Amino acid sequence: MPPVVDLEGVSVRYGKNPALRDVSIALPSGAVGLLGPNGAGKSTLLKAVLGLLVPERGRMRVLGLDVRHSPLQIRRRIGYMPETDAHIPGMNAVAFVAYCGELAGLPRADAMQRAHEVLYYVGLGEARYRNVEQYSTGMKQRIKLAQALVHDPELLFLDEPTNGMDPKGRDEMLELVRDIAHNKQINLILSSHLLPDVEYTCDHVIVLDKGAVATQGPIEALKGPGGRVFEIRVKGDTAAFIAALQAAGLECHATDEDVMRAFVPDDRGAPFLFQLASQQHVQVRHLKASVPTLEDVFAKAVGE
Amino acid sequence: MPIHDQGYRHYAGQRTPHGQAWLVIARTHLMAAIKYRPFQILLLVAWGRFAAYAARIYFATSVPQAPSFFAVSPQLFQDFLSGQSIFVFLVTIAQAGLIADDRRANALQVYLSKPLTRVEYITGKLVPPMIFLLGVTWLPAMLLVVTQIVLSGSFAFLRENLFLLPAITLASFVRTLVSAFLILALSASTKSRRFVSVMFAGLTFFTAGMYQSLRAITGSRAWAAISPGDMVDVITAWVFRARTTPPVPVVVALAVVVGLIVLSVIVLERRVRAVEVVA
Repeated sequence: MPPVVDLEGVSVRYGKNPALRDVSIALPSGAVGLLGPNGAGKSTLLKAVLGLLVPERGRMRVLGLDVRHSPLQIRRRIGYMPETDAHIPGMNAVAFVAYCGELAGLPRADAMQRAHEVLYYVGLGEARYRNVEQYSTGMKQRIKLAQALVHDPELLFLDEPTNGMDPKGRDEMLELVRDIAHNKQINLILSSHLLPDVEYTCDHVIVLDKGAVATQGPIEALKGPGGRVFEIRVKGDTAAFIAALQAAGLECHATDEDVMRAFVPDDRGAPFLFQLASQQHVQVRHLKASVPTLEDVFAKAVGE
Repeated sequence: MPIHDQGYRHYAGQRTPHGQAWLVIARTHLMAAIKYRPFQILLLVAWGRFAAYAARIYFATSVPQAPSFFAVSPQLFQDFLSGQSIFVFLVTIAQAGLIADDRRANALQVYLSKPLTRVEYITGKLVPPMIFLLGVTWLPAMLLVVTQIVLSGSFAFLRENLFLLPAITLASFVRTLVSAFLILALSASTKSRRFVSVMFAGLTFFTAGMYQSLRAITGSRAWAAISPGDMVDVITAWVFRARTTPPVPVVVALAVVVGLIVLSVIVLERRVRAVEVVA
């Protein structure tokens, strides 16, 4: 399968500040998560791919089309859900979504019909005649998803889709995103700094850090086989214990004040960690072999 | 169990070709403005002068002993257009939110993520004020010409003053273009429609006041060049072949008008963007 988005050496700059630095990635079809801390360049990457930002250099292809030469053809085939609140003032939900459908090239009657269908799909069917400006934050997130979906795009860009949503709304939004990606055959790129969101909805992940790609690949492959990450809490000279772990060739990241995660790259297991603790005269108060999560991948990639 | 309906369907219907999004934008804005009752009233009132001038033409053509004051001449159409300035101002002010509202609601990134160019977006926003302004200038002025022909039962007046048709068209378009571009440029500069209204009012009245003040101080009428309204009046007088002496040569007036439109286009080009880059 050809990549849905293909970037070669893309650099974007805001004035003197580099936002993306020589990014080369090929995003496969399916659901791809774009992860990174705030300011990593996730939103910038989406806006560059949409043609809303002109890169300083590099080449970008979306759905096989060059972004520089065919921006309108690309935008006809993609949907974009922006991070910030965005709507057309003075419209109710159905008028807004139908209007977006018309702007995307649907005939008027079809756009209206699709608007009703999509609003029901995102859970706003009962509220579709209310003015969008009166919507709650969660409803505004849903309407942004609806306007991105109304013209039935082949590729969907979602920028922080669960921002500001309550837990129930967030779960429903994630369920929707997952359904779109896995049951509706729409490719999607989900930008988020919330790791569980990406882990739940996506198959692939790209981690950006300081405008560059820190790591990328299928989530399962990045996480690696289970049982080789240990969550440890010790009492004693923690610094000396961490130094000993690192000297033994293990990666170790502190996740809390006295809790750390140790990545064990080979078949050495808990006995080895106990042995090290004994050598350093620290007490092991808690040791748990855990399944590697995306959090581990992220921490490893951005060095946190 | 999620509350949403899982019944999403793919769309297999037709899609319109590129380049028609401006029509969608323009039509939507026109319909939205027309539905607003105060705006309907404003348009009705703006046509009040048409009724008065039509009555005057009726009087001049139907009553043989009507005083010469009522005689129909090209000057009547020029006066009509100049007198519509207040309605041009009010109708323009009513369009203050065209882009400012979109900027307030972050709608530009919604628009520009769709298959339309910035030129299409601006064109779609420019068309509604143009149509409304031509609706209170060009359309009633042309209908006055038709009224004169119908009431007099002869084409004689039009044949003698054939320049009236292009003169009305040109004068109306100049007035309309300047107002529409200025309000659009101001609207693109801020997120507040109130601020746009104040700025436009300031640009209209402050510059006219400044001209009068500087004229009183220096005795020179050349200061009229700082007042866009006066420049439009100079062009209007020129196209109507008025015998009055303009405060500045018509070339200067044309240069000011073209300059204002070019400046507006530059502002629009810089401000109508989906992403605001603050370097």
